[in-house]
Amino acid sequence: MDVKKIIEEIKKIDKEYHYFNVISEELALGQAKELKVEPKGRLNGMVVSVKDCICVEGVESRAGSKILSGYKPVFDATVIEKIKKEGAVIAGKTSQDEFGFGGFSVNMGLGFQIPLNPFDKERACGGSSGGSAGISQKASFPHVSLAESTGGSIVNPASFCGVVGLCPTYGRVSRYGLIDYANSLDKIGPMGKNVKDVALMLEVIAGFDKNESTTINAPVDRYTDFVGKEVKGMKIGVIKEAFEGIDKEVKEKVKDGISVLEKNGAKTEEISLPLTNKYGIACYYLIAMSESSTNLAKYCGMRYGAHEKLDGNFNEYFSKVRSANFGEEAKRRIILGTFARMAGYRDAYYIKAMQVRTKIIEEYKKAFKKFDALVSPTMPIVAPKFSEIEKLTPLQNYMMDILTVGPNLAGLPHITVPVKKDKMPIGLMLIGDHLEEKKIIQIGSVLE
Amino acid sequence: MKVDKELIEKTASLARLKLTDKEINKFLPQLKEILEYFSELDKIDAKDVKPSFQPVELKNFTREDKPEECLAQDKALENSEHKKDGYFKGPRAV
Repeated sequence: MDVKKIIEEIKKIDKEYHYFNVISEELALGQAKELKVEPKGRLNGMVVSVKDCICVEGVESRAGSKILSGYKPVFDATVIEKIKKEGAVIAGKTSQDEFGFGGFSVNMGLGFQIPLNPFDKERACGGSSGGSAGISQKASFPHVSLAESTGGSIVNPASFCGVVGLCPTYGRVSRYGLIDYANSLDKIGPMGKNVKDVALMLEVIAGFDKNESTTINAPVDRYTDFVGKEVKGMKIGVIKEAFEGIDKEVKEKVKDGISVLEKNGAKTEEISLPLTNKYGIACYYLIAMSESSTNLAKYCGMRYGAHEKLDGNFNEYFSKVRSANFGEEAKRRIILGTFARMAGYRDAYYIKAMQVRTKIIEEYKKAFKKFDALVSPTMPIVAPKFSEIEKLTPLQNYMMDILTVGPNLAGLPHITVPVKKDKMPIGLMLIGDHLEEKKIIQIGSVLE
Repeated sequence: MKVDKELIEKTASLARLKLTDKEINKFLPQLKEILEYFSELDKIDAKDVKPSFQPVELKNFTREDKPEECLAQDKALENSEHKKDGYFKGPRAV
């Protein structure tokens, strides 16, 4: 594998499509040189891209925000440490909505460029891991990207760009070194050209981490063993509400995908998730915004990232830095999240959302007593045009996440596999019970 | 609840944000629409339901109370422009 050539290709693609915030050429070439002398591990020589919100030592990591300008982490995130040990070569940091605040990669931080859909430059990549999905589609070389999901940010762009994306169970993959969005929702997961690559990457990054108190201390399955394994007799629940009011072609192609599963011997049956469908969005956004407004409190122009001249008192200085460096959607979410946690409103909004979440988790848990996996389209539409997105209000924007917020709220693993691969691609989503990544990998691989 | 300019300004100031009039005018109808939608949750009876602060049950775990190697001071300060004598330097407190 000629890493130098690959970096040249990445630069060329990036110039046209804006998939990278940083291309880490020096790091990649150094790693390639070392691997030539001493090959290592399960990812030996594999060129990997990393969503901007995951810390890579010495490489500017901004989570797509101007407020983190110049921030070069002095340590690697646990996932980065793990992939480096297995011989991965890190190509750079992929573009995203600022801090993950979006579903189309158009809510960019100040000064960042919007990534363009690999099939049609007038359309969005999806988000928030837009750059990861775009490069996974465009790369002519073997490639896996490390992405991150809070409310659908892995499967959404993967579906819009025609690649495979897997969001693991909450706590399955360490988030040590992740620039956080919402602590009770964030998950790091892989994106790639096929289920096998994604399964392999998950195998590498999953597991307990003493540096991350929310990781689950359970053995990691050999996910790659489940790729291509027969699905005869497996029970799959078809989510009824997910097929209502969606794009006609999306519905058809996903139904075709379900027929493929049936032909392979899987048993399907309709299942209704009324609570998740009706209240998922409100519940998700309340929690996500409350947590993100807390997380974003740490950005104040002192210890890292954007700095200004030190003048005025604490409040004046912090307000100055924050007002000048956060983008519009970040400000909107900070205000909404702060409001939802304010005295007098906290019980009605924040606590209530956490209670509704319990009910949503129960709804899923009940379904998994009967089914091995649940199936739905990943997104209700194909990748929209930028001109269409511009017309949406923020709330209409949020509504696009209707199918993905459920599994994210409940911390359930989910995978998207393309059921239409050419212009414009469509993804089918499989949701598994907690720690049952292997089952959705198994079922998903049948669709390839 | 009345969502108006005053409420937005108050919330913004709690979050250490100073919004321009242009931003406030843009946000006002958007936030109204969103908060109204959030109120949908009022329709669910969840009075005695335990809130899920995490989606999966987690147990606290602790480590031995022994000093371990941690980030060196110069490393911790590496990303800051505002430092003096091995400390972060902040704006004045009052």
